[in-house]
Amino acid sequence: MGMTITEKILARHSAHEKVSPGMLINAGLDLIMCHDVTTTPAIDMLKKQGIQKVFDPRKIVIMPDHFVPNKDIKSAEMIRKIRLWARENGIDAFYELGRHGVCHALLPEQGYVLPGMTIVGADSHTCTHGAFAAFSTGIGSTDLAAALATGELWFKVPSSLLFRIRGKLPKGVYAKDLILEIIRRIGVDGALYRAMEFRGDTVENMGMEERMTLCNMAIEAGAKSGIIAADQVTAKYLQERGIENYSQVESDPDAVYEKTYEIDTGSLEPLLAFPHLPSNVRPVSEIKEKIPVDQAYIGSCTNGHISDLRIAAQILKGKKVASGTRCIVVPASTEIWKQANREGLLDIFTEAGAAVSTPTCGACLGGHMGILAAGERCVSTTNRNFVGRMGSPDSEVYLASPATAAASAICGYICDPRTCLEEKS
Amino acid sequence: MKAHVYPRNDINTDEIIPARYLNMDREEDLAAHAMEDIDPKFVKKVSEGDLIIAGENFGCGSSREHAVWALRGAGIRAVVADSFARIFYRNCINNGFLAIECPGISEMIDDSSEIEIDLKSAEIIELRSGKRYPFKPFPEFVKAMISAGGLMKKVRQQLAEKGLA
Ligand code: SF4
Repeated sequence: MGMTITEKILARHSAHEKVSPGMLINAGLDLIMCHDVTTTPAIDMLKKQGIQKVFDPRKIVIMPDHFVPNKDIKSAEMIRKIRLWARENGIDAFYELGRHGVCHALLPEQGYVLPGMTIVGADSHTCTHGAFAAFSTGIGSTDLAAALATGELWFKVPSSLLFRIRGKLPKGVYAKDLILEIIRRIGVDGALYRAMEFRGDTVENMGMEERMTLCNMAIEAGAKSGIIAADQVTAKYLQERGIENYSQVESDPDAVYEKTYEIDTGSLEPLLAFPHLPSNVRPVSEIKEKIPVDQAYIGSCTNGHISDLRIAAQILKGKKVASGTRCIVVPASTEIWKQANREGLLDIFTEAGAAVSTPTCGACLGGHMGILAAGERCVSTTNRNFVGRMGSPDSEVYLASPATAAASAICGYICDPRTCLEEKS
Repeated sequence: MKAHVYPRNDINTDEIIPARYLNMDREEDLAAHAMEDIDPKFVKKVSEGDLIIAGENFGCGSSREHAVWALRGAGIRAVVADSFARIFYRNCINNGFLAIECPGISEMIDDSSEIEIDLKSAEIIELRSGKRYPFKPFPEFVKAMISAGGLMKKVRQQLAEKGLA
């Protein structure tokens, strides 16, 4: 019996010839990602146990993003504490404001993520990096402290679910719509404790950013990780970052999956996750009433990539954000911001009446820079629409693709992006 | 122990401790806001040693361990749920905090019932009726973690054995 990519990576890192779902293992870690919110408690735990040194400063990357630029005095103190600790420990990879970005966009962009790696990050969306055929999963602060001290962690080997996705994405339909469709089908706990492996020609035809969007939301189905085999597209992305050597890993033809889902994209439409669950999904075309929008938010680790901004700009170009609606655009990293600037996208946004912010998690988690008041409604390209996620517990978040968010910003109510795209072509 | 029953599924860590309080990480500071977006009266209702009973996928969403600390700080000693989200469950174990999976429990127990947890027999006992609800016993590995007082104590031991700390 063969192994899945996930099982192979975990076997290699735990000195087992073979692992199977349910096995408890200790796996060595190739990369540990830290951000501002979850790292300070880990530092305190290390200090409390008298652990002076991290296991290997070269395998640790620190990317403050949630409350940057410093939101208030408390968050300024938190980030300062991490900065000083990083210095004491000789951790050079600290992404200071000005080189910063949302961790899950920045980590691959800076060439840290390679196929075959084991990666943990003290953030639930660390599953994003599975797009590069790495085993990558989110952890809490205690796990982070243990990982920083020892370079290994305990895992229960997950069983894998295979998603075989075929067909071209219709016009106005994007990776975001596809993952919303998957979560609609299997539910917010449909992949609980499991690895979601995405395969098929739809995935092969996607760029790395779209693949990241897919894996990013694996956690919204409860998954431990998402994963996609590396191919030419992966190789090209890495080559552009000067990376040629990495291990090849693929699922065996006789690997065992707990379940296989067949998905045909031909009939997919632009989708929207209604409050307050990512699985509460309906096609935009079925919405007959006009649902007014107070804020459209385009950004986050899910959809703040350059390709996402290009799609939003395509729709916003020469248009105006509806009066009564605010539109916030947040490029996910400094490099993306600069690229958007070079391509004139930032001009398109600001001319349309959208506000462009420096990269930050900010409003995505209800932190700052775009918080919702009670009774307000936001169409957002982020990944969670839980109660109070972007502000008041009495506000509402609707999850959508950048195209749907941009189109809704122009209309002032939730609308089908295909109408805007048709107008343009 | 008094049971505070929230039978809903998918109670997420944003509700257990909203992001607006994540600029703090001390248990006592977080405790004041535990479960605030689900039940603003929660903190007042809870006495030291109480437990929460909830539906499926408890603790889904963000990896913030602050959710565990807020509950523990508020006096909660255990969460018994139909099922748990993965990262929250891990965070509980790593903190030596009891997260007990007991499918169907959210529909069996009335709010404010007095409950006892028998770890040896792996049962939840409803004191008034004397009814017992079995749960899946913890694996040895988890038991060891809980009795060691959490993952960091174990790590410290490990490093000491290797002469590294
Ligand atoms: S952008 Fe949102 S979902 Fe992504 S890491 Fe930041 S807060 Fe989390």
